[in-house]
Amino acid sequence: MSSISEIPKEEYLKPCTAACAGCSSSLCLRYVLKAAGPDTVLVIPACCTSVIQGMYPNTSFNVPVYNIAFAAAAACASGMSKAFRSEGKQTNVIVYAGDGGTVDIGIQSLSGAFERGTDFLYICYDNEAYGNTGMQRSGATPLGALTTTTPVGKSEFKKDLDLIVAAHNPPYMATASSAYPLDLYRKVKKALSIRGPKFIHIMAPCPPGWRYDSEKTIEIGKLAVKTGMWVLWEREYGTLSVSGPSKTAMKKPQPIDEYIGAQGRFKTATPAIVAELQQAVERNIDRIRKEEEGIC
Amino acid sequence: MLTISTGNKAVAAAVKQAKPAVVAAYPITPQTEIIEQIANYVAAKEIETEYIPVESEHSAMAACIGAAVAGVRTFTATSSHGLLYMHEMLHWAAGARLPIVMANVNRSLGPGWNIWAEHTDAFSQRDTGWLQVFVGTVQEAYDATLMAFRIAEDERVILPTMVNLDGFSLSHIMQSLETVEVGDFIPPHHLTHAIDVDNPMGYGPMTGPKDYYRFRWDIERSMRDAKTVIAETEAEFASRFGRKYGPTEDYRCEDAEVVVVSMGTLGREAEVAVDILRNEGVKAGSMRLRWFRPFPDLDLKGREVVVVDRDYSFGFGGVVAASIRAKTGIECYNVIAGLGGQEVTYDDIAEFVRTRRIGEEHWFGVSE
Repeated sequence: MSSISEIPKEEYLKPCTAACAGCSSSLCLRYVLKAAGPDTVLVIPACCTSVIQGMYPNTSFNVPVYNIAFAAAAACASGMSKAFRSEGKQTNVIVYAGDGGTVDIGIQSLSGAFERGTDFLYICYDNEAYGNTGMQRSGATPLGALTTTTPVGKSEFKKDLDLIVAAHNPPYMATASSAYPLDLYRKVKKALSIRGPKFIHIMAPCPPGWRYDSEKTIEIGKLAVKTGMWVLWEREYGTLSVSGPSKTAMKKPQPIDEYIGAQGRFKTATPAIVAELQQAVERNIDRIRKEEEGIC
Repeated sequence: MLTISTGNKAVAAAVKQAKPAVVAAYPITPQTEIIEQIANYVAAKEIETEYIPVESEHSAMAACIGAAVAGVRTFTATSSHGLLYMHEMLHWAAGARLPIVMANVNRSLGPGWNIWAEHTDAFSQRDTGWLQVFVGTVQEAYDATLMAFRIAEDERVILPTMVNLDGFSLSHIMQSLETVEVGDFIPPHHLTHAIDVDNPMGYGPMTGPKDYYRFRWDIERSMRDAKTVIAETEAEFASRFGRKYGPTEDYRCEDAEVVVVSMGTLGREAEVAVDILRNEGVKAGSMRLRWFRPFPDLDLKGREVVVVDRDYSFGFGGVVAASIRAKTGIECYNVIAGLGGQEVTYDDIAEFVRTRRIGEEHWFGVSE
C-alpha cells in the first residue's frame, strides 16, 4: 500500500466521539480499527479512550469494547484471547491503552502477558502524561515538561518503554505516530498477521496537555519525527528496520528547538535541559542506527 | 467413587468435572495444591482447559474476567494476600456480572507472616458482590465447588461465587471423599451478555448515576434471588447424590436453649462440644453458618447465642456476631478465637458456652 486512498472506507469509530478537538489518539484508533476490521475486540483500561467512547448506553465504536481497571488491560486480554482461541475463534484482541496505564500501573500485567506469549496486540498511545485526569506526570513524561504534578517541569527522563518490551522478545513491535497514518495502518496490519504478543507504541500529541493549538496536532507529530524526538521503526522477529519517514529524518535530523518551542509544556525548560534532551535524541538515533546496521 | 483426599484436591477434582475452559491462577500457600493439581490435569490432557500462569492474583482475576466475558467457564483459586490483591477485580467481576468460580483457602493476613486459618481475608471481600460459601469438610469442599458453578451461572444469579475452606485445617487434611457422576447437574455454560463481534457493544463504559444505581440494585436483586437458586440447587444435589446442605448446618438445634454459631472447621468442633454439653445436661446446639453472602435468615429466636468469630473487624467486633446482631437483633456472647490458626478445641468451645456472658466480647487466650 502506498496511498492513503487505499485504506478501507469502513468506519469503526463513529463521527461523534467525546474526544478533545485535535485529539491524535482517536485519530490513530480510527486507523487501527480500519486495519483490524470487524472481527476485533478492544480492551481499554482507564485512559482518555474510556471517555472518548461515550457514555452508557451509547458507544462511539463499532467493535465491542471491554473496559477494565487501570492495571489489568493486558491480563484481561490474556484471558479473552485464550477463551476465543479455545473456541476456535481468531478474533483480534487489541489493548488500546495510554502511557500511564502502560509504563506505570499496567507494566506488570503487560510484562506478564508478553512473557506468556499471549496472542494479542498491545497498543500504547503515548501522550506523555495522565491525560484523562488532567495531565499529571507519568513515567512517559519527558524531561523538562510541565504537568499539573510537575509544576516546574519534570526532572527525570522519559522511561524507555520500548527497551522494556523488547526484553520480552516479542515477534513484532513497532513505533508509530499519529502524523503518519499510512505507516500506522501498515504496522497494525502486519502485527495482526503474526501470532503471539505484538506491540505498537504510538506517539500521540495532545493539544490541551502539550499546550499547543488543536489544529497543529499533525504538525507537532511530524516535527517529533523530523527532529528525531520520535523515531519510527519496526522490529520483526528481532530485526529492526527504520520506517520511511524516519529514514529521511535520521539522515539530518532537525534540531529539537522548533519542536520544543511549539509547545507550552516546555516553556520553563532551560537551555541546559533542552541540551540534555538534544543529547538524548542523538544517543537514541545512534543506538537505533547501530542496531539496524547490526553493530550492536 | 469413594476415595480419600485433601480439601485442596477435592476442590480440584470438582473443577475437573466442571470443565472450565480457562483457569488463570497464581500460587499462594495454602491454596497452591489446587492449581498444581489443575495444572497436572491440563498437562495430562485429562481436561481441555487453557491454564494461564499469570504473574499476580490481580491479573488472575483480570484474566478470568476477560475469558468469562468471551463466554467461557472460568475458575481460579487463591488465599489471604492473594485475595486481597484481587480486591479491585473482585468488584469488577461482580459488577460485570461474570459467574467466575473461585476457591479461597482462608488464611490470616500479615504482618506478621502467618499462613494458618482465619476468615478475615474472605470477610474483607464482603461488599464485592460475590456469593460466599464456607465449608467444613473435604466432602463439602467438593460438593460446594460443584454446586458453585451451577449457582453462579444460573440466569437468576449470574454473579461470581467464592468457595471458602480453612487453610491447613481443611485444605491439607485427609478425609474420605465420595465423587459423583456429575452428568447434566452442571448444564453447558451460556452467558447471554458474552462479547459478540456481530453485535458490538460497549462493556462497562462511563455510566451516569441513574443507570449506575440501577445496575447496583440489579446485583442486589440477584443476590436475593440467589437464596432461592441455592436452595433449589442444594435440594437437587441431595436428590441426585444423597448429600443434604442448607444455608446453615444445624446440629441438635431443635430444642437447644443455647446455640453456638461458627463457620468452617470450627463448626465441626462445635458439634463435639454440643455432645459434651448435652452429657452435662446443657441443652446446647450448633449452627454452622455455610452461606455468608447472601446472608441467610437465621432461626435463633428465644435462644442464647454464642458466636465464635475466626475474624475481627477492628474498632467494631467479630464480623459474624455483628451480622447476626444486625440481622436478628439478638445479643450474643462473642468469642474471638482461632485467629492466625490459633488452636481451638471442642473442649474450649464447650467452655465458651459454660462461661458465656451474653452481650460481651471475649478474646480467647487473651482476655480474662
